[in-house]
Amino acid sequence: MRTVTYVRALNEALSEEMARDDSVFIIGEEVGGVFGVTRGLDRRYGERRVRCTPISEAAFTGLGVGAAMSGLRPIVEIMYVDFITVCWDQVANQAAKLRYMSGGQVKLPLTIRAQQGNLTREAAQHSQHIEAWFAHTPGLKVVMPATVEDAKGLLKSAIRDDNPVVFLENRLLYELKGPMPRDEYTIPLGVAKIQREGTDITVVATSNALQKSLAAADQIADEVSVEVIDPRTIVPLDTETILASVRKTGRLLVVHDAPARLGFGAEVVRLVTEQAWDALQAAPRVIGGLNLPMPFSPVLEDVCIPDVPRIAETIRQVARS
Amino acid sequence: MKPTTDQMIEMLRTMLTIRHFEVTARTQYGHNRDLGSFLGALHSYEGQEAIAAGSCACLRCDDYVLSSHRGHGHFIAKGGDVKAMLAEILGKESGCSRGRGGSMHMFDVKLGLLGGNGVVGGGIPLALGPAFSAQYRGTDQVSAAFFGEGASSQGVFHEAMNLAALWRLPIIFMCENNRYAVRTPACEGVSVPEISVRAAGYGCPGVTVDGNDPVAVFEATSEAVARARAGDGPSLIEAVAYRQQPHCMVIAENRQEAELEQMRECDPLPNYETRLLTERLIDHQQLQAMKDEVTNLMDEAVAYAEAAPYPDPAAVHDYLWA
Ligand SMILES: Cc1ncc(C[n+]2csc(CCOP(=O)(O)OP(=O)(O)O)c2C)c(N)n1
Repeated sequence: MRTVTYVRALNEALSEEMARDDSVFIIGEEVGGVFGVTRGLDRRYGERRVRCTPISEAAFTGLGVGAAMSGLRPIVEIMYVDFITVCWDQVANQAAKLRYMSGGQVKLPLTIRAQQGNLTREAAQHSQHIEAWFAHTPGLKVVMPATVEDAKGLLKSAIRDDNPVVFLENRLLYELKGPMPRDEYTIPLGVAKIQREGTDITVVATSNALQKSLAAADQIADEVSVEVIDPRTIVPLDTETILASVRKTGRLLVVHDAPARLGFGAEVVRLVTEQAWDALQAAPRVIGGLNLPMPFSPVLEDVCIPDVPRIAETIRQVARS
Repeated sequence: MKPTTDQMIEMLRTMLTIRHFEVTARTQYGHNRDLGSFLGALHSYEGQEAIAAGSCACLRCDDYVLSSHRGHGHFIAKGGDVKAMLAEILGKESGCSRGRGGSMHMFDVKLGLLGGNGVVGGGIPLALGPAFSAQYRGTDQVSAAFFGEGASSQGVFHEAMNLAALWRLPIIFMCENNRYAVRTPACEGVSVPEISVRAAGYGCPGVTVDGNDPVAVFEATSEAVARARAGDGPSLIEAVAYRQQPHCMVIAENRQEAELEQMRECDPLPNYETRLLTERLIDHQQLQAMKDEVTNLMDEAVAYAEAAPYPDPAAVHDYLWA
């Protein structure tokens, strides 16, 4: 194992996949720069394969979809996931549907990378967590790496996947350091990971909420034995791992930064109540972001997203109930 | 470039096939409706045959086409199988999109037909993809986007023109100005009298041609294709014609009978037939033989599509993932 940052892990995944397959190219605004994920790739692979675009998300995302249909393996970068709105047609009506609508004739090996997150004090149009929009659109896979190792292994799998994959990075994790295997590896899409074993309660958490949930579980380790599961991909979802854990613990809490209303947590609760009702010893719960546009003022923003103390307290409550 | 005699005759065959197909499809649609089976919207290409015929005659099999909601003509002109298209319209498993797409979504990937689109303008940015892909792979393939004058008011049209011109992508923007977008006349939807002038705003060539004349369309397209293959970038062609049928089968006609009557004189089909006869490129006998062939083809298509089985409901999940 080596210790590297999340952003470095992503960068290596891109670079390795580009070296491995000439049909892989990167397209987006300011690629090669900004958050460092694509840093240096422009020098290494040249303009042909690392394409800086004008500010035309609909055009270059459409280009990516069309290029995927005609033999290439595009990686489209959306600078902030919030901007997906201006190319939503290309994502939701085109990328997600064309294979099905063609009766399986076209293949869409397309990766759409974007970062989401909050706490950077950029207000409501730069701070959304919108994985549920994608997950609610049949035909898209949705990947949310929460660790350094997963960032690299999942991105490589996303690029190799022959379907449209929305790969949601979290900018708060970019500088996170963690272990990463030295040798080449990939991590399959659709396989959850038990990040911490426990017996009293199952906590399912995604992206940065996974890191916060692990910290919360550590804090209360003397009181509650917490099992923490990272689904890693929310489409496809590894339901079995979650159900098996709940059957063991009898209790469920889902944590994410996206608004709780109609979100991923609600879906996990649906699956668990439908399929493991008998195992539940307490009402399952979800904590997520508030149903609000993210306010700018730091004191307001800070109350909008679950933090470690609140997660710890909720775990205690569910575990005791 | 001017079309050869063979190409001129083939364009007539294509136009006749499209016209007969549309009549057949409308009839089939009506039968089904009478039997209580509603088959969605059906957008007739009647009146625009010369555009698909003239432009696709300049394309090779390995060139790409991104079509629109009014796409039956593009499918036929690019070489698509009418049996499979009619079966698709009826929602059958052997339809060209296995009954998952329907009238607005005709695919045949072997022929570079990457589908119609239910979203007006949605196919325009998609067409950048194959053009980029050809440039990336170093081939001389081109990509053509077909869309209406209504779609030219969509933002994606402008983004795509800018990007294509900037990167000199081998793409032909084929704007079919059939004078109306549903019930809105072009003059109420587009701020300039000729859409082709918009090309200048993106630094690429734009022309307006008579979309009732396949030869004019051919000449403009062949130039645009040559430019694209040579690496000189995109072109915008506006082909002006007249939509003869109501917008689609579910929207009532709102145009004045007098206008429709007057526009019948521009009908591209009889005019082009007369031209080929006058120029002695074909004779009456050959024309009749061609029409008989087309009629037979439609009879075969109807027999095939009617007999074709529906998809198995148990297979509804098929084709979502690769
Ligand atoms: C984005 C979008 N808006 C509206 C519609 C509804 N609609 C379907 S066809 C059409 C008119 C399109 O006009 P034009 O592009 O000129 O093509 P035409 O129908 O004349 O061939 C409209 C408004 C749609 N399908 N998609």
